[in-house]
Parts: sequence; structure tokens; C-alpha cells
Amino acid sequence: MADPVAVLGVGMHPWGKWGRSFVEYGVAAARAALADAGIEWKDVQFVAGGDTIRNGYPGYVAAATFAQALGWTGVDVTSTYGACATGAQAIDVARARILAGLCDVALVVGADTTPKGFFAPAGGDRPSDPDWLRFRLLGATNPIYFGLYARRRMEVFGATAEDFARVKVKNSRHGLANPNARYRKAVSLDEVMASPVVSDPLRLLDICATSDGGAAVVLTSMEFARRHAANPVTIAAVSTVTPCFPNTIIEMPNFSTDSAAAVAAPEVPFKDSIARRVYESAGVAPEDLDLAEVYDLSTALELDWYENIGIAKPGGAEKLLRDGETTLGGRIPVNASGGLACFGEAIPAQAISQLCELTWQLRGQAAGRQVEGARLGLAVNQGLFGHGSAVLAKR
Amino acid sequence: MAESKARVPAIEGWFRMDGSAPCLLGVRCRACGTVYFPRESFCRNPGCGHGELEETQLSRRGRLWSWTDNRYAPPPPFVAKQPFEPYTIAAVELGAEKMVVLGQVASGVDASAFRVGQEMELVLDALFEDDTNEYVIWKWRPVAA
Ligand SMILES: [Zn+2]
Repeated sequence: MADPVAVLGVGMHPWGKWGRSFVEYGVAAARAALADAGIEWKDVQFVAGGDTIRNGYPGYVAAATFAQALGWTGVDVTSTYGACATGAQAIDVARARILAGLCDVALVVGADTTPKGFFAPAGGDRPSDPDWLRFRLLGATNPIYFGLYARRRMEVFGATAEDFARVKVKNSRHGLANPNARYRKAVSLDEVMASPVVSDPLRLLDICATSDGGAAVVLTSMEFARRHAANPVTIAAVSTVTPCFPNTIIEMPNFSTDSAAAVAAPEVPFKDSIARRVYESAGVAPEDLDLAEVYDLSTALELDWYENIGIAKPGGAEKLLRDGETTLGGRIPVNASGGLACFGEAIPAQAISQLCELTWQLRGQAAGRQVEGARLGLAVNQGLFGHGSAVLAKR
Repeated sequence: MAESKARVPAIEGWFRMDGSAPCLLGVRCRACGTVYFPRESFCRNPGCGHGELEETQLSRRGRLWSWTDNRYAPPPPFVAKQPFEPYTIAAVELGAEKMVVLGQVASGVDASAFRVGQEMELVLDALFEDDTNEYVIWKWRPVAA
């Protein structure tokens, strides 16, 4: 079991379609996190930046970009990229530096500016890049993969389009009072069901948008934190796992799964292994969780996550949802923040924003969406090309 | 002059251009037997890692794992028909290879009666065309009952 590090400060720039530079969002989030921690920028000894791949060179060297914008201080930096898992990697690098005794105070920042509409591959002809080829040869957008998973859930577990819509209804209510959410409007079941089909069975309101946004956290050693806060939220474990061969579930942006003809599929499928890693490293079980933030790229994917993180048995997610157990006030609220349904996806910021939400929840500061008495929270997501991401936060 | 266009593969070396019995072309590891599609240049089985790879033809039939469709034109590099025509995408599980392979569903096939587990077969069909060529790709269609 690894030692904890403290989450001394958190901050976000609201999600939206602001059309400004990602640097502005990152700097605003960083300043908010520093203020929340009660420390100065010059006290930061390490910056971990989550890269964005759609904003030119400054996006590939995000940590230096943010450090320069905040004012060069000679601070050490590292920039990381792991698709939607980018933020968890940045968090984990900062955490490792602290646990190794190389620094006491680290700032983790991720921010993105996104184009309108579907996510398209980065520009240029790249006929050896599967992310380019899947658009060229298949027309396989991200919603195509979400649609395949959703249809599979209906066929195997008897899920219905109404079940998927209920996830959106729940999350839209959760996000109503969240000042950082982009969409703060209660959505009805009828509204979801009346929205146009994008990739059958998923409708427009089942699929998350792409957003601009920024998130930052100040991580410190426990010793440093105790001089600044009485009872800080801590990170108990982080998961940045990759799949085990053969990975037999079709995954974005691939054309095929691995073949299990020569080697049997692993006992624990990839998505199940993501949260399992943090449970094992912190010595907790899914039953111990008070809340979870999961990556609801689609409504149907949220249901998959219930099973992947072990709060429902395979095929049990719809009942957990229908019984209201994952709604605020239920046994294990999921996406109390409103989730991607209310935020839209700002890739390098997303996993960091999940930790911001867990921190506010565990401090009892999540006004209008508070999970009463929350002590242990899980944030989980997955990035394309085999990136698992989970953070377990505790108070 | 559409009838004079040449039928050429939309990508070289991924499938056999054989009108009556097309199939996907992958590679198989001589040491452990793992199959890869698209081709790999090395065996990715961590318990092997040393096998030479040889070209192999994948099964032409499999079972439907899932399907969905696209009601809106994707961004480039997809070449969308004008006006855009929605298309279905199927994930098909090949029995011998124990792998799932994606493909569009052949144009004109109605997916409303699809069921997981039904048998599908590989065909060649147009992906897009320009002034001189019709670019062909593999697609899935149900095996006639
Ligand atoms: Zn091998």
C-alpha cells in the first residue's frame, strides 16, 4: 500500500464553448487551485501538465506552457499524454515525485480548446495511423464505438433506450447547481427520447459533447499539508493500467480486437482492471465507496462502468439505476458533478476535474449536489489506445 | 461514364480482391499461432514475442457481436456521399481466430432485423469513388438464411 499524498487545493475554469486559448483556462484553473491551497505560485516545485493534441506545439508541452504563462520560476516540469486518461497520468507523475521525496508541492494542470462537432483525427494524411484509418476506411466516429457497446448491452442484458435516457435525466439533475458545468438544465425522459438518433440506439442527448475547460490540483506531501490544513483530502491510490494481452473487447480506435486463438482472454477484462488496481492498492472494496465519478461518454457507457467498477454485477446496472441507488440520496451516487452529460469532454482536463469534484465532495463543499458524509470516492475513466485511469480519494 | 471506372482497393494489402471469395489478409505468428488483423510487424503476445509472421487469410464468416449506424456524415478523411447516406457498422466475431473485426454493412442491407449471434459473411463493396476509380473495401452482410 503506497503512502497517501494530500490534495491541498483544487480549481477549475468552467466548461463551455468559450473559443479562447486553452492556456487561459489552464492558468485560471491553476490560480484557483493555488488560492484554494493557500500557497503562492513561487512555492510550487513541480508542474505536471496534461497535453492537448489539437492546439499546436504549446499543447504538446503543456507543463512548460502553463509554467511560462504563470511566470518562469525555474520549476521542474513534465508533460504527459494518455488520451482521456491524460489527467490521471499527470496526477500520478506528481504523486510519484512527492512520494519519492523529490518535492513537497506539485501543481497538476490540464486544459483544452475543442473544435465544433465530432472529434476528428488530427490533420494530414497518415495512412499508418489507426485513428486516421478508422475514419477513412470505416467512417467509425467515436459514437460508432459507443453505439456498438450500447446495442450489445440491449442484446445481452435487455437494456432499453429508456434506461439509457434515465442516465441523462439523472446526470442533468445532478449538474444543475454545479457552477463549472456547461449544461445546467433538467432534461426529461421525453426530451432524450425525442432527440435525433446519432448512432442507433444512441441519440444526441445520450452522447457527450466536446467542450473547452481547465482543471488543476495542488498535490503536496502529507507533512507539508498538515502545516496548511487540518484534515486534507488525500489520494489513496492511482491507476494508469494498460490492457493484458489478448484484449478481447473492441476498443477505439481499433479495427479489431486481439485474437484469443493462441492465448486465452485474461480473467479480468481491461475495463474491470482499471478500478480493481486502486481497490487492491488501497485495500478497499467497491462496497466501501460513498460516490463515484465515471466517464459517461455515452449514457449506456455509464451503465457499463457500474459493472466495471464493481458496484453492480454484470447485467445489474439497469436495476441499480432504476432503483435510484446511483442518484443523489441513493446508496452510491454516480456522477454527482453531472458527469460528462453536463460538462462535455475536455480531454486533458477531465480526469483532473474528476479529482476536483471528489475533493469538494469529501470536504462537504459540493453545494447543491453534496453526497452527505462522503469519505471515500472513486474517479475512473479510459483513454483510447489502452489507457486506464482511476483515482481513489479519501478523507 | 461510371461503368468505365476501375475497381481498386481503398487500401493495399488488407484484403483479397476476389469478387467471389474475398477475405481479409492478416498475419499469423509461426511460433504461437496468434492472428493479427490489420497486419503487425511483430508478435504482440508477451509470452512469445519471437515468432516470425506469415500472411494468413481470415475466416470469411463470423457471428454478429454488435452493430450500430451513422446518421450524420463523419469528418474527413472519410469521403462522404453527397447527399450523405447513413450506413451501418457491424462488429463480427470470427470463430477460428477468436477476434472481433469491424466493417461497414454492405449497402442496401436492412439492419432492423439484426440479432447478436447471427451469421455474417464478408463481401467487397464500394467505399467511395472519384473521377477515375471506385475504391473498394470489405463489408459485412448477413448470410442468407
Ligand atoms: Zn507469437
